[in-house]
Amino acid sequence: MIDYFLAPFLDNEFMRLALLAGLVTAVICAVAGTFIVLRGLAFIGDALAHGVLPGIAAATLLGVSTIVGAAVGAAVLVGGVGLITRRTRLSSDTAIGLLFVGMLALGVIMTSRSASFAGDLTRILFGELLGVNAGQLMWMIIATLVVGGVTHVCRRPFMLLCISRDLARANGFNASLFEALMMSVIGVAILASFQSVGTLLVFGLLIAPPSTAALVTRRLHTMIIVASISGALATYVGLLISFHHDLAAGASVVVSATAIFVLVFTAATVRHRRMSDSHPAVSHTGGHHHAH
Amino acid sequence: MHTDVIVADHLSVGYGSSVVVEDVSLRLAPGTLAALMGSNGSGKSTILKTLVGLIPPVHGEVTIFGDVPGRHPARTAYVPQHSATSETLPLRARDVVAMGRYAHLGLLSRFTRHDREVVDAAMSTMGVTMFADKPLQSLSGGQCQRVHLAQAIAHDADVWFLDEPTAGLDAEGRDTVTSCVAAARERGACVVVSTHDIDEAREADVVLLVAKEVIAQGAPREVLTDANLRRMYGFTGQH
Repeated sequence: MIDYFLAPFLDNEFMRLALLAGLVTAVICAVAGTFIVLRGLAFIGDALAHGVLPGIAAATLLGVSTIVGAAVGAAVLVGGVGLITRRTRLSSDTAIGLLFVGMLALGVIMTSRSASFAGDLTRILFGELLGVNAGQLMWMIIATLVVGGVTHVCRRPFMLLCISRDLARANGFNASLFEALMMSVIGVAILASFQSVGTLLVFGLLIAPPSTAALVTRRLHTMIIVASISGALATYVGLLISFHHDLAAGASVVVSATAIFVLVFTAATVRHRRMSDSHPAVSHTGGHHHAH
Repeated sequence: MHTDVIVADHLSVGYGSSVVVEDVSLRLAPGTLAALMGSNGSGKSTILKTLVGLIPPVHGEVTIFGDVPGRHPARTAYVPQHSATSETLPLRARDVVAMGRYAHLGLLSRFTRHDREVVDAAMSTMGVTMFADKPLQSLSGGQCQRVHLAQAIAHDADVWFLDEPTAGLDAEGRDTVTSCVAAARERGACVVVSTHDIDEAREADVVLLVAKEVIAQGAPREVLTDANLRRMYGFTGQH
């Protein structure tokens, strides 16, 4: 029994590295993803994750670091969205949609140019959790510390921004600056994660664990902690299943994260229904406005 | 008269270059309660946002504490309309009240015992201590509004901007708002509320009837006349 749960990691160096990389990814995605979920930035998170694809493709063609390429791709996308919404009457959703599809297509064209790229495309989109090396892991840990530190320092303006931009400004915080910092946190999380889980699957870890945490927590920092734990659990379970049944590692992790959400959602719904059956909500001064 | 907290001179407010309300002139001393009265879409919120410093004036001059609006966030409390927050936000009532201290604390200052005492006192003033640990989304509309007013009290500001604080509240909720405003004035704060409730406007020292322009301005009994009110509603209420 113990063998089933521990042996894959005790016996294999690559599984240990994959587990560590997955755990770090879970934490950095929990921090960044919490704000994606709270601010409803899901679409721009998705756009960022895919905007980096042409960047990585170009970097590979030019023989420079893929991290640099991804960063440039993300910056072009975020800058472009900002420029289009400022200079035209188009909404940011439209601008994101336009650039997101355009840059994704550009990325596919670039990767389709050479034969060796077919395999690379899969690697970029779905990651290579089982191929992470110690050097990459170190960079991921540094990125996680930076993202955690910035978020801790900026927790007040970030929280106000989640309520409204006006509230952040009325309390004396420069809303544009902290919005940019929040986007940078999300961008760094994606850059740090794409090597392990890929540009497509990183989105699963950005959204599923914080959504799970949102169901059961009532404070910002507990939401981030619960999201990290749920992402870490998904990483462990996903790797285990992938090892024993020879399935794609990154995808198994994301499927586990989604499954955890469904389980918690079901449990929370059942519990809520039971509670409202046994205590028909406390009476309120405002009248008929109960928790639903 | 540099003791006036708010001074507006031929102020036009709006978004970009499009004017929503024209020619607002106003002088408010500490301890005054001013009511902006108008129907929906009359421009009350736009005036408040300009005074808070969220949007720049289109024309004219305005100063708060002798400075451009927005320069003194620690002295300015703002409770926007429908401050009800998104359902997913993990916030307890206490966390919302504690945000009233953010303008004093800025990015880095620690939340001290003094801040905690101010927050506790604000919650007890508004009678929300018993909901302190409840998530915001489990509270009723009236309870939520009390939590947001407690936040304004915790802000310990010298000027308050309340955008339709009584909208959607029952009689008891409205009384709570009234007593909260009275408490603020006792401390010498200048309070500006927007409302479409004539009884609420009667409580103010100064009323501005707003309908894309200032139709009348002055003491409630001079301003809240049938003729003025008819003009005000006629202006925006054609539909």
